[in-house]
Amino acid sequence: MKLEPAERMTVSETTVARVRERARLIRRSALEMIVKAGNGHPGGDMSSADILAALYFGVLRFDPKKPLDPGRDRFVMSKGHCSGAFYSALAMAGFFPEADLASYMKPLSKLNAHPCSAYLPGVETSTGPLGHGMPVAVGMAIAAQIDNAPYRVFVLTGDGEQQEGSNWEAGMTAGHRKLSNLTLIIDRNRLQQGARTEDTVGLEPLADKWRAFGWDVEEIDGHDHAQLLRVLAAPATPRHKPLCVIANTTKGRGVSFMCDQAKWHHGVPDAAQFATAMKELEA
Amino acid sequence: MTAASSTTAQLYDCRKAFAETLEALAERDERIVVVVNDSIGSSNVGGFAKRWPERLINVGIAEQNMIGVAAGLANGGKIPFVCGAACFLTGRALEQIKADLAYSRANVKLCGMASGVAYGELGPTHHSIEDYGWLRTMGGIKLVVPSDPWETGEAIKTAAATSGPYFVRISRMGVPMLNHADRIFNCETAEVMHDGNDVAIIANGVMVSRALAAARALEGEGIRARVVSLACLSPLDENVIVEAAKTGAIVTVEEHSVRGGLGGAVAEVVAAKSPCRMRMLGFPGFLPTGSASWLMEHYGLTAEGIAVAARDLAVRK
Ligand SMILES: Cc1ncc(C[n+]2csc(CCOP(=O)(O)OP(=O)(O)O)c2C)c(N)n1
Ligand SMILES: [Mg+2]
Repeated sequence: MKLEPAERMTVSETTVARVRERARLIRRSALEMIVKAGNGHPGGDMSSADILAALYFGVLRFDPKKPLDPGRDRFVMSKGHCSGAFYSALAMAGFFPEADLASYMKPLSKLNAHPCSAYLPGVETSTGPLGHGMPVAVGMAIAAQIDNAPYRVFVLTGDGEQQEGSNWEAGMTAGHRKLSNLTLIIDRNRLQQGARTEDTVGLEPLADKWRAFGWDVEEIDGHDHAQLLRVLAAPATPRHKPLCVIANTTKGRGVSFMCDQAKWHHGVPDAAQFATAMKELEA
Repeated sequence: MTAASSTTAQLYDCRKAFAETLEALAERDERIVVVVNDSIGSSNVGGFAKRWPERLINVGIAEQNMIGVAAGLANGGKIPFVCGAACFLTGRALEQIKADLAYSRANVKLCGMASGVAYGELGPTHHSIEDYGWLRTMGGIKLVVPSDPWETGEAIKTAAATSGPYFVRISRMGVPMLNHADRIFNCETAEVMHDGNDVAIIANGVMVSRALAAARALEGEGIRARVVSLACLSPLDENVIVEAAKTGAIVTVEEHSVRGGLGGAVAEVVAAKSPCRMRMLGFPGFLPTGSASWLMEHYGLTAEGIAVAARDLAVRK
């Protein structure tokens, strides 16, 4: 999407349809990559596909030909293990050829399992270790504030990832500085690596926690494209606080046998499972 | 010194020996607890969790918290075994390791899983090839790098039986069972696994079996290479290094950055006490994408790569 601020104000039917279609293609592409690589994190790829599609094809202002344009909106993929979905979104948005996706995790590929900003255009900062995105995003938002620059900063974390203390340190900084240009999206699929978040170290009441840290909070259906667009594309100017969007999602969404299963956090579908999944993801 | 070590072809995941040893110890000593960061499966402590759910503390994805909590548990008389991916366990919580464990002499045992480049294509964020440098420069924490299932079990037993902080590096890369003859494991003396006076190869962890294979290949050419397994990097057996230097040439081999690791530790002793020619094999820094086995091949961390370096140094002696 080129720099067209007007599009952010209204959520047109065409935008919703475009985002829906992109989300479907991101899911298909991520699964293909995982099967080819024999490695990956399909559960989290599927749960964040709609969020990524909304951001790249309906919210963020950027020019893929100028990935370092100082005025671009910033997006930080803090849940870096979901690179299958993230790389697919970046390629479809034009940051690098879609053909490169076939090299995912192959020797000497720029697409290792976790994104690196040193060599991949569109990646703002390297992630993979959880809990790194928020502080970096806060720094970006402060830089914009200092420069009085209109760009916005978005960061996507997992919900298990919220257990990292760095999120809360950064959250306190953002709340204190009233970084209204900053939006945190939490992929609230209720599963982490080994089990449910609430059976591991419970996060609830998550919305109250972020409110207490000085943030506005919106709770939405993270698979509803119109809702995602409405909340994420709404202009930041009327707000006086950073915004936390709790996107309620299902891990594995879009592939019935993967839905809400801890074992699909990290795993590779076999040939039959892959065929079933691709069938379910047909238009 | 032990007899020439032979290896069997079957490969083992050292996490199995780790888990079996830990459970056997935990049966007899109820002070033993396990602390994890959402890493039950990857650390192979599912069995422990089933048997003693009340002794398994999962702090969630929060490594700094995890190390501090372990230090507190030790203060309360527990013997915590902290199990997580080596990269996050060390890198993320380094100051907690330094202040809460090493400096405070807390009785905490760190078990760094999938160490080195075992995570392969997951990339440099998930490799743990800086941990020797980080931990050995600190002092105050024993740093053990077992080479096979037997040594893994012995390292865990030793850590449980001795007070103070330990870091045990546990790969998940398959390794053969080595012949340790009558070796009694300890952290003070290294193990000479193959005799020879033409050149010395000093290795540890998953590199030991490769070093032994190199030595056997060189034997066919009439080059007698000594192979030293330096499982403990801290404390360091300086004596075995000085003795190795007397061959005139040392090749160090590590699944770690060549900066500040095993080669660096050996070089510090060699430079100060017994200068000799050295070649250091390891990784140059952040690595490109590739599987663990591809990376090992690419950087010559194979029996052939080791043999080339040892042959070169031995002949030029
Ligand atoms: C610092 C750190 N600790 C541990 C891990 C290993 N890890 C990778 S993904 C994951 C679970 C993440 O769960 P969540 O944040 O809920 O992500 P999602 O459900 O969206 O996949 C864990 C523990 C890591 N990548 N980084
Ligand atoms: Mg989750």
